[in-house]
Amino acid sequence: MNKRLDSERTLIPTQPEAPLFSSVDDVSARLAETGYLASPAVATTVFLAARLGKPLLVEGPAGVGKTELAKAVAQVAKARLIRLQCYEGVDESRALYEWNHAKQLLRISAGRDESWDETRTDIFSEEFLLPRPLLTAIRGDEPTVLLIDETDKADVEMEGLLLEVLSDFQVTVPELGTITATRRPFVVLTSNAGRELSEALRRRCLFLHIGFPEEELERRIVRLKVPGLGAALAESVVRVVGALRAMDLRKVPSVAETIDWAHTLLALGADTLDEAVVRDTLGVILKHQDDVQKAAAKLDLDAL
Amino acid sequence: MSGVEERITGLVGALRAHGVRIGTGESVDAALAVEALGFADRDLLREGLAATLLHGPGQRAVFDPVFDLYFPRGVGGPGTEGAGRDELRDRLAEALAADDRSLMARLAAEAVDGLGGYGSSPGSDGWSAYQTLDRLRPQTLLARVRDDVGGRDGGAGFADRLLDDEIRRRIEVFRQLVATEARRRVAERRDRDEIARRAVRPTADRVDFLYAGRDQLAELRRTVQPLARKLATRLAARRRRAARGTIDLRRTLRSSLSTGGVPMRPVLRRRRPARPELVLLCDVSGSVSGFSDFTMLLVQALHDQFSKIRVFAFVNRLDEVTGLLEHGRADPDGLGARIRAEARLTGWHGSSDYGVALGEFTERYGATVGPRTTVFVLGDARTNMSDPNLAAVRELARSARRVYWLNPEPRAQWGTGDSAAPEYAELVEMHECRTARQLGALIGGLLPV
Repeated sequence: MNKRLDSERTLIPTQPEAPLFSSVDDVSARLAETGYLASPAVATTVFLAARLGKPLLVEGPAGVGKTELAKAVAQVAKARLIRLQCYEGVDESRALYEWNHAKQLLRISAGRDESWDETRTDIFSEEFLLPRPLLTAIRGDEPTVLLIDETDKADVEMEGLLLEVLSDFQVTVPELGTITATRRPFVVLTSNAGRELSEALRRRCLFLHIGFPEEELERRIVRLKVPGLGAALAESVVRVVGALRAMDLRKVPSVAETIDWAHTLLALGADTLDEAVVRDTLGVILKHQDDVQKAAAKLDLDAL
Repeated sequence: MSGVEERITGLVGALRAHGVRIGTGESVDAALAVEALGFADRDLLREGLAATLLHGPGQRAVFDPVFDLYFPRGVGGPGTEGAGRDELRDRLAEALAADDRSLMARLAAEAVDGLGGYGSSPGSDGWSAYQTLDRLRPQTLLARVRDDVGGRDGGAGFADRLLDDEIRRRIEVFRQLVATEARRRVAERRDRDEIARRAVRPTADRVDFLYAGRDQLAELRRTVQPLARKLATRLAARRRRAARGTIDLRRTLRSSLSTGGVPMRPVLRRRRPARPELVLLCDVSGSVSGFSDFTMLLVQALHDQFSKIRVFAFVNRLDEVTGLLEHGRADPDGLGARIRAEARLTGWHGSSDYGVALGEFTERYGATVGPRTTVFVLGDARTNMSDPNLAAVRELARSARRVYWLNPEPRAQWGTGDSAAPEYAELVEMHECRTARQLGALIGGLLPV
């Protein structure tokens, strides 16, 4: 690398502890140990997120393992997983911190003879602070993985709050001052793209789009999650699901549905796919009646 | 490693030219990613750069071809002596049967080298993907590959009925590989930055409606649902903000009497929670049908945001197509054809006539437009030299709450030839709406709350 980049390198604080992963292959291998089979794209991005110390924004259709990825990384890093589930109306007091009002009132009424100044400094101390996920993740000394799930469900105001946390890994509590992370958490944000996240938030993150896996990877996932299923049947299952995804359906089947279907077939004791089995179990992978009809027509299930 | 930073800045520049917004910070991150990943594995490098530079899934379609230009798989020809067409076809059939991507990439390089070259003098020669594919004809290998694969494992399984589609998809992959390879070879001769700007297709939402091909329109239709969801949340947010309203001075003063004239509690103006009505008038004649179809689907997907949506289509006669559109959700591709088949849109001739169609609307359906209705007119305002019937538009503008005209032509072309755009624009608000991106911004901003 040339000089100019080297000098800018120092601007980004490096983590004092040993790097989480040594190489991309290391990421794949260790994630695989926990039962998460990562595509090269996923492994590369996780590696970079750990190396550059940047949050990871994961987008993709439902059921491709966005949340699972965060859990797997936590398991690999032997880190504590702190999860902030976003929903419409989630606010500072749910995400960041809150003062324990009831306890503060008790404290005030307990110390009747104290002067006001003493009481005031006391009731705005750490003891009366209720940390919520974001603050917990920043204050922790042990390695943490912070999962901010379904970020798109939260309101725009919430994004503004996240900006401070994600760019500087610090939180400002007016009564206490600014709390800076001693150890940067590994941050994963997930989004179903229900709402366009702001450009400012995207800019602070590494972007990863998890799509549907390649046929070969999906076959391995099915074999791993449903060990009882025969190799030939697993292959047929993945091929049919691949064909369904190429159709123009309202809700295309995801990896979760593939696994469900594999479980169903196993429970039914099917050895091979045939018209009758597929027709009876199509409801497991397709969730809309028009989709089922369309797929049945395209796979000519009625041709028998 | 000199030249790496030039490659990265060149790549970033080309992406910016395609409308991907990348700041300096991301460029630095990209360089850090390159440092961390090294050059050993090209696919890792691709993913690493994508993770640091891109912000959304739609940008990937632009990124991949640009990456292939700036970080090519190799330099020059494949190095082997040009194989004959028949031999290439044999080997391609094997590669397709085995679904061997790396072999297919190698074959694409050889095919472009052997079959795609044209011109002889330096400066006018080059490589053409079209010519390569035209000579190689990979699509005709379908039957042969099917027999190959079928013969190998008996072909009795259920999944084998999917084989045709799978092979078609593999052939499509091969075609993409050939296009990439031809672009790379041309870029070696000419200016790489130039090729990256010109020869890489823009993302679907930046394609001009008027020039979009069939597959681009199909790709656009797939973006209807996500776009509608985004617009719906944006509308809901605007509605929430609007519901807070402004201060009602009279009632604030009245209530302040109880606090001695001090307005302790401001009273806000309450809005009547009425959902707006929407009327769409769409020109569906050949020239602008892609635009109209897309907009109709988009508005239909937003239907739960409105109390009433009515959609009218016209060429030179006008007819209501609201019902057709509801069924159109299941099969968006056939929508245009069905509208033209089932609705009475043409009278004596087949070219569009805005004057007659707008007149017919005010005459037959004038009652559908009331003070709560917002009207969108979609079309290029090209009247084929007939009377633009400005009186009808004036009448429409008078009775409706708002009338907007979305014109898929670039603003510079308004008023040229038979376009009556300036005349109409004097009466109603006319906006240029050339791409899906512009349409999304306009719909999000103009739709009533």
